[in-house]
Amino acid sequence: MKAIMTIENLASNLVVTFWTPVFVGIFIAIVVYALRPRNKALFDSAAQMPLRED
Amino acid sequence: MTSPSPVAKSMTIGEAVLVPLFAATAFLCLFGAAMGHDTAYVFHASLATVASLAAAFVILNHYYDRPAQLPPQEINGRPNYNLGPIKFSAWMAVFWGIAGFAVGLLIASQLAWPALNFDLPWTSFGRLRPLHTSAVVFAFGGNVLIATSFYVVQKTCRTRLAGELAPWFVVVGYNFFILIAGTGYLLGVTQSKEYAEPEWYADLWLTIVWVTYLLVFLMTLVKRQEPHIFVANWFYLAFIVTIAVLHLGNNPALPVSLLGSKSYIAWGGVQDAMFQWWYGHNAVGFFLTAGFLAIMYYFIPKRAERPVYSYRLSIIHFWALIFLYIWAGPHHLHYTALPDWAQTLGMTFSIMLWMPSWGGMINGLMTLSGAWDRLRTDPVLRMLVVSVAFYGMATFEGPMMSIKVVNSLSHYTDWTVGHVHSGALGWVGFVSFGALYCLIPWLWNRPLYSLKLVNWHFWISTIGIVLYISAMWVSGILQGLMWRAYTSLGFLEYSFIESVEAMHPFYIIRAAGGALFLIGALIMTFNLWMTVKAQSADQAQGAGLLQPAE
Repeated sequence: MKAIMTIENLASNLVVTFWTPVFVGIFIAIVVYALRPRNKALFDSAAQMPLRED
Repeated sequence: MTSPSPVAKSMTIGEAVLVPLFAATAFLCLFGAAMGHDTAYVFHASLATVASLAAAFVILNHYYDRPAQLPPQEINGRPNYNLGPIKFSAWMAVFWGIAGFAVGLLIASQLAWPALNFDLPWTSFGRLRPLHTSAVVFAFGGNVLIATSFYVVQKTCRTRLAGELAPWFVVVGYNFFILIAGTGYLLGVTQSKEYAEPEWYADLWLTIVWVTYLLVFLMTLVKRQEPHIFVANWFYLAFIVTIAVLHLGNNPALPVSLLGSKSYIAWGGVQDAMFQWWYGHNAVGFFLTAGFLAIMYYFIPKRAERPVYSYRLSIIHFWALIFLYIWAGPHHLHYTALPDWAQTLGMTFSIMLWMPSWGGMINGLMTLSGAWDRLRTDPVLRMLVVSVAFYGMATFEGPMMSIKVVNSLSHYTDWTVGHVHSGALGWVGFVSFGALYCLIPWLWNRPLYSLKLVNWHFWISTIGIVLYISAMWVSGILQGLMWRAYTSLGFLEYSFIESVEAMHPFYIIRAAGGALFLIGALIMTFNLWMTVKAQSADQAQGAGLLQPAE
């Protein structure tokens, strides 16, 4: 039987076909940014920020 | 010193807008007070009239008293931090903490000895329970979050807080919301949504305050002197933005009359339940977790004088938490009318949350690398670190309880109450106390009155928490097992009232634990009060009076 196209079905189709891979892609990009060796100096400096006082 | 060149005094935009706005609000509220349909509404409209008039008067008075020039952004090349609203909010946190813990002790005692309901509507468990939860979560926790966020964003951005009136509007306006919500509960005003009980007019007021909070925070970030936005600010921002979205999503109510307190929610049936627990669980995730993780990422490195253990991990921690938490709400609706797939989705995301939660916990604990010895000598740091350990414990237990087969035993029992309190007392409570023990001496630029008293606070409260959560574990599992016990003939083995009777000793132990937690908080209040009032910086040389870690 063909599924009736309701708002809920449409929403879940969109989530499965579109948003899930988009979110996974964004998250992978964030992980790459965090682990990239060239950002190490920036992060080492940022880790010290609470210790820098005025 | 040369006197500044004379500048013609003029009102800021905030002053020019707020004075007539508050005057008009006072007039409208006076109308509401005169024409209101129910007592609670009339009472709240009267409160709002007085508060609006007072606000207009204070702003106008301040305008006439202040110099023509606004406070400078920098003095001698250093940021001129705005500490006034932070001081106010920090003390409001202490006040509401004591009030919230005391009401918690009262309702715990009511469960053990029902006569303590006093047969009065205002002191009945049903009205005092939301008063307790809102007082500890939103009043105590909320003020801690506002105070620390305003402090951390200024310090890590090396810039003065954006706006002059706006930060005061946020801290005073937020506490006025608490007053309206709390008195509403006592008078029987509620929209019957857990942790979102305040009625439509309180919700509207909170929306205005919260959007201002967001703008102050964002504008401070925009004018930062540091190029990098420190990770704690990301957590604070996520907390502020998500709470705004949750508040709007869960409260689209239509009032019966603009002159009455009653309203009806737009959502119906299971959608309403789903929205409620999407809100409810993310209040835990973004108010009680993300916001307090921001405290962890600033105050632990600062107090331990060690950098964040892994900044990379903090970035992954942040984004993993953001991506996962928002989907976990349906685990509050296992075995209900909610579609099965949604329940399973909530369970799956809850279990995935183990990873960021424990990643964050490890990051917080490992920040002590090279400074573990400080735990022996600094009870404030010990409090902060033990809070992270409780965070790890509560975030292990939560996903486990979200597994459907475990939930079939734990749901609706005291196990849930115990779980919530291991997070609330151990994690949120201790990290807040640790932050207040740091913040008050820093704000008043003087040493903490007594570290010995912090030590007493730490141990008394820890014993209180252990009594509380172990009593609730035993009672909850006992309760769950009694409810599902069948006789050989297939009848329920126990009546409900037998399970209630069986809870009695555990309720007494729980109340004793709560009493110890309250005593600890009273010791803290005395210590912080003496820090501000009794101890000048010059007198801090005596035995047992140590310098702050700053």
